[in-house]
Formats: sequence, C-alpha cells, structure tokens
Amino acid sequence: MDLTFSEQETAFRDELRDWLADNPPEPQPTDGGEPARLAWRRDWQRRLYEGGWAAPHWPVEYGGRGATPTESAIYFEEIGRARVPTAANMLGVLLGGPTLMAWGTPEQKERYLAPILSGEEIWCQGFSEPDAGSDLAALKTRAVKSDGQWVVTGQKVWTSGAQHSKWCMLVARTDSEAEKHKGLTYFLMDMEQDAVQVRPLRQITGESEFNELFIEEATIPDANVVGGVGNGWKVALTTLMNERAGLGFALQIRLRQLLDDLIGIAAERGLLDDPLYADALAELHVRCESIRLLAWKGLTDVERYGQPGPEGSLVKWLWSDTNQRLTQLAVDIVGPEAMTSGTSWSYELLRARGNTIEGGTTEVLKNIVAERVLGLPRLKVAA
Amino acid sequence: MDFGLTDDQRDIKRTARDLLGERSRPERVRELAEAGRTDESLWRELSHLGWPGIAVSEEYGGQGLGCIELAILCEELGRALAAVPFLPTAMAAGVIELAGSPQQCERWLPGLARGEVTGALAAAEDGAAAELVIGGGEADVIVIVHEDQTARVLTPAEYELGATASIDPTRSAPSISASLDAGEDLAGDAAAGVDRALVAISSELVGVCDRALEMTVSYVKERRQFGVPVGSFQAVSHRCAQMLLETEKARSTTAFGAWAADADPERLPEAAAMAKAAASDAGREVTASAIQAHGGIGFTWEADVHWLYKRAQIDAVLLGGASRQRARLAEILAERPARMGAPQLQ
Repeated sequence: MDLTFSEQETAFRDELRDWLADNPPEPQPTDGGEPARLAWRRDWQRRLYEGGWAAPHWPVEYGGRGATPTESAIYFEEIGRARVPTAANMLGVLLGGPTLMAWGTPEQKERYLAPILSGEEIWCQGFSEPDAGSDLAALKTRAVKSDGQWVVTGQKVWTSGAQHSKWCMLVARTDSEAEKHKGLTYFLMDMEQDAVQVRPLRQITGESEFNELFIEEATIPDANVVGGVGNGWKVALTTLMNERAGLGFALQIRLRQLLDDLIGIAAERGLLDDPLYADALAELHVRCESIRLLAWKGLTDVERYGQPGPEGSLVKWLWSDTNQRLTQLAVDIVGPEAMTSGTSWSYELLRARGNTIEGGTTEVLKNIVAERVLGLPRLKVAA
Repeated sequence: MDFGLTDDQRDIKRTARDLLGERSRPERVRELAEAGRTDESLWRELSHLGWPGIAVSEEYGGQGLGCIELAILCEELGRALAAVPFLPTAMAAGVIELAGSPQQCERWLPGLARGEVTGALAAAEDGAAAELVIGGGEADVIVIVHEDQTARVLTPAEYELGATASIDPTRSAPSISASLDAGEDLAGDAAAGVDRALVAISSELVGVCDRALEMTVSYVKERRQFGVPVGSFQAVSHRCAQMLLETEKARSTTAFGAWAADADPERLPEAAAMAKAAASDAGREVTASAIQAHGGIGFTWEADVHWLYKRAQIDAVLLGGASRQRARLAEILAERPARMGAPQLQ
C-alpha cells in the first residue's frame, strides 16, 4: 500500500497544473444564453486540444498521451480542481472515442476520432427511451435495412447536448424476433437531417441539459454500424463502462470543493461551534474522503487486473447520496439564499436530485452490488 | 498510488485467516463465551508465532512491522471473534513504545511482544477511573491515558477492578479505578499511540462487519420463503448492498489510517478519527442489519450473529465513539485552511 504518487505521476500532475494555470479559460459569458455558453465550452475544448490535454487517457496514436489509469484519474481530479468549464465534446471524448477504439473499423477510427478530440464534431448518446430507462434492453427504436442503408424510427430521451451534436451513438433494434439483448445494433447517426427532431426537456432547475429525440425514418449508411449488426448490447456496455470510469474523479473533487465552501461559510457564521452542524459537516467530510479513497482503490483493481470491478457502483451511489445530503445541509447553513432562485446553492440543491437517477439509479446500483458483488440471486421478473 | 497489499502482507492475511478458521470456529467461540473464559491455548499459539509483537520494534523483541500488518491481524481476529487479549495488548504496547522512555520500553515491551505479559489501554474519564477496559480483567499492565494525552502505566496492585461482565463475554471489559498518583508516568505524549489504537479497533470492526455480511449473504441465499431465496427480494438484497457500502467505507478509511500511521504521521489524527467514526457506525449498523436479515433465527442464541453485534457495540465506543470522533474532525477542519479540492492523499 502506497498512497503517494510516483515521481512520474507527480511530474504529470505538475505539468498539467502549470498548463492549467497558464491557460485559463475565458470567463463564463453572462449573456448570450445557451449559444454563448456552448461557444465558450467549444473554445475551451479547442484550447485543451491545442495544448495536448483534451484526452490524455487516449493512446498516443489517436492524439492522446497514453496516460496510465492513475494519470488519467489525476487528470480528471485536476480538471475538477481547476473549476474549468466542461469541454463541449465531453461525451465524445469519454464515451464515443473509447467505444470506437474498442469496436470501430480502421476507417471509422480514421474518420471520427480526430474531430472528437478537437471538438469540431460534438457527440451525444441515444440510449434511453421513454419505456426503456433502467431496463435499457427493452428499447423499441427500430432500424430496418433498405437499399443498402438503415432507416430508423423511434424516440430517445435524456439525450444531453443533442441540439449541438453532429453524431449520435444510437442503439436500435434491428431484429425484433431475436432475444431482447441480441436484436440490438449500435449506430452512428448523423444528427443533421430533418428526420431527427430535437426537443429540449426543461428540468427542475429550469435549464435544459437533456433533450427528447423524435426520429422519423432517419437514414444511416451501413458503414456507420459499430461492432457489427446484432452486437449492439455489448458495444453499448463498453460505452457505459467508460461512463463510470473517468468522470467519477472530477465529480468527487467537485464534491470536495462544495464541502470546503460550505465549511468555510459555517466557520464564518460560527456554526462550527454548534455541535449539530459540526457533526453533520464532519460526517460529510468522512463520506467525501471515503469516496475518494474508494475511487482510488478501484483504480488499483484496474491497474492490477485490467478491469474496473462493479465496486465502482459503490462510488457512484455514495457520491450521489452525499451530494444530496451536502446540498440539503447547505440550506440550513446558508439560509434563505440557498432557496433563492438563481443562486448557486439553490442550483446545487435542485441539480443534486438528478444525481441518484442519472447514469444508473441508486436502486439499479443496489441491484448491481447485490447481484454482481455479493452474488445474491436475482429476482425473476417478466422478460 | 496503490491500495494493494504486498506479497508478505497477503501471506500474513492468508495465514491468519486459515489458522483462525481452524482454531476459532463459531462453536469454540460460543463455548468460551458461555464459560466467560479467554482462549488460553490459542493465545499461547499466537504468542509463539509472534503475533502480539508484530508492530513492536525488533529492538524490543517484536517483529518490527508496521500498522498495516497490525491492522491485518486485528481484522482477522475480529472476523473470527477470537477470545484472546490481542487487541488490548497491542494497543498498550503501541502507546508505551511511542510515549515511553527507553527504560519503560525495555521494561514492558519484550514481555508484551512475546505475549507473556498482557496489557490493556484505558481512557481515563474521571481522574484515574476508566470504564470498559477491554482485556483489563486479565491484564498484567494497564496504560491509562488522560484527556491531556499524558499516560501512566499501572500494574494490578495499583488499581481496583470493578464489574467485569459486559454484553460481550468473549473478553473482559471491567471498570478500573486508581489514585491519581498511582503507577508511573510515561515520558512522552500518548496521542499518536492512541490514534494507532483507534486504527487497530477500527480494523477489528472491519473484520466484524465483513463476517456479519458474509454470514448474512450466505443465509439469505439459502433461506427460502414464497418459493424463492429471501435474498432475491430487493428489501433484503438492498439491505445487504447497504451493509457492503458501510463496510467498504470503514475499510477504506481504516486502510488510510493504517497507512498514515506509518507513512504520513501528520495526517494520522484526522485519518484515525475518520476511520473510527466510519467503523463505529458501520459496526453498529452492519451487525444490526445482520440480525434483521436473519429474521427470527438471528434473534436466537444459537445463530451466533449476536456475538458480532455485541463485539461491535463495545468496539464502537472504545476510545470514543463516532460522535466524539466527528467532533474531533470538526476541530481539525476548523483549524485548517480550505483546501479547495486539493488532493487529500498527499
């Protein structure tokens, strides 16, 4: 057990820290709405790309640095620590690229990877549907082959960034006769066609991060099938595995920052001397640090055994629950400001409610832990 | 960054697991608990193997290994609910080694390291009185730590033993009282030794949780109601998932504490308080959940789940329970500048 960074890892961290200090993003635009914010995030992605920091975890041959899992975790921690904007093509870099590296043809890698990294082409993820959320394999969007191309009809939901995206990682049913998990195919769908309509979903914070997609006979060339017809479930799992891997490190640092902010406010108001607040804040500190320790511990498994264990579910579960507790406690410590529309604490309070739903609900995570970590029998449900 | 154990540490763990699996079976623990006796033959065997001195320096007859190795043994002994005075002896030795003068170390440590002398660690609450001194009934030497982190060494003639019967009969937990000037002052500050003791107790709790979860998972896989294993019901399986989450929280913070004790002593106070806070809560919740998930069987004497619950109840309050550790943490947090998300591990 050695909970320090090696010389090489420290050098990696210091180089990144220096770069971030020398290349700060522009300040967040205060007006211009969503288009201005997007331009700002695109600009940040371009700076990362030009500095060679858009995706250090990608192999060198695709424009990354071939960073080790530990360096990659350091990268996400530092990105979180620096409070920089989320790069415009986060989903392409985190999910799309690695999925293509694992399953794509040489032509697909050649065509798509570079514009992902530069942010020139933004990607979104078309998995969930109104009737296929936690039960993803129940999805109904259909793709039918006709004249050498695929014709897609259906509806997707919770599609982040769809309104800015060029490409959609789309999972659709190509064989309605086959078993639920076997009749699926993974496509890259061009979003720039009239047959794809994007309607923003307004969430409880008032903003729109997510969209509904209405797909009415959209076309996809056969060359845009990823990983083979009928193999969509496996390809989708690759995408989902990557979803939990990197981002966790940025999220736990964000949690740490919020907690430090809250402790600072509590100290200013003399509330650290109040045993009730002191106890609640100290408990959040223990949780926050154990999330970090568990995340790093999971990485030891990746480095030793080559695969993240399903224990990663514990980190996501504990993180989301802790963020909700923290933002709720903030209401008591910060006072009415945390319930005033437009303040950052009120935003954090409302946004946190999504944490236990997005990227795997807590209920599904508990099932995963029970079945895959503890080996408990699965409750038989209708197929 | 590596959370894994070294090959040697894994060997220690495996050897301990195998040995205790043989010697400290549930029926043996129950027999000893019912008789209110410690396992003298097991203690002799462990002493012969050098366990009590695992973290005592070689200079004083120990094995000179670190807090991680000590934590491994505590966890395995906790898992097996072994009825031996290992934890109290190791805690006493740890405080003497860190706070004692060379003469005091010379006098006590070789015997403690060989298991020929057993010790106990007491937290003084009112002058020189202390309650729930685990292992205190048999101890040849008791280290009593005062609130200002000064400590004294007491021999049996220098204190009076009070009631010894706790709810956990696998080891004694008497109250003691002494006069304020009884015994001998340890030369130095006892704080670091007490923090290492907190990590040791936390490790034992991690072992208790691990065992409680293992017994529960195996029970709910077997036990059938409504034609299916009860573990397939989410009300039960999600309870088990929660038990794992609590256990892993305790395990990760305790591992950090054990590592910090040897490698980053500056962070030991914070790490030890985090470990003990997480492990005390986990110990109570996980063992209570184990009883619940076993249903009516879990409430019976024969099911043996209750020994884990009882051990956890005592360990959870030793040297300060979760609330007291969190109060300490709040003080540490108040004193340090906000780190603004700077890495915490270094």
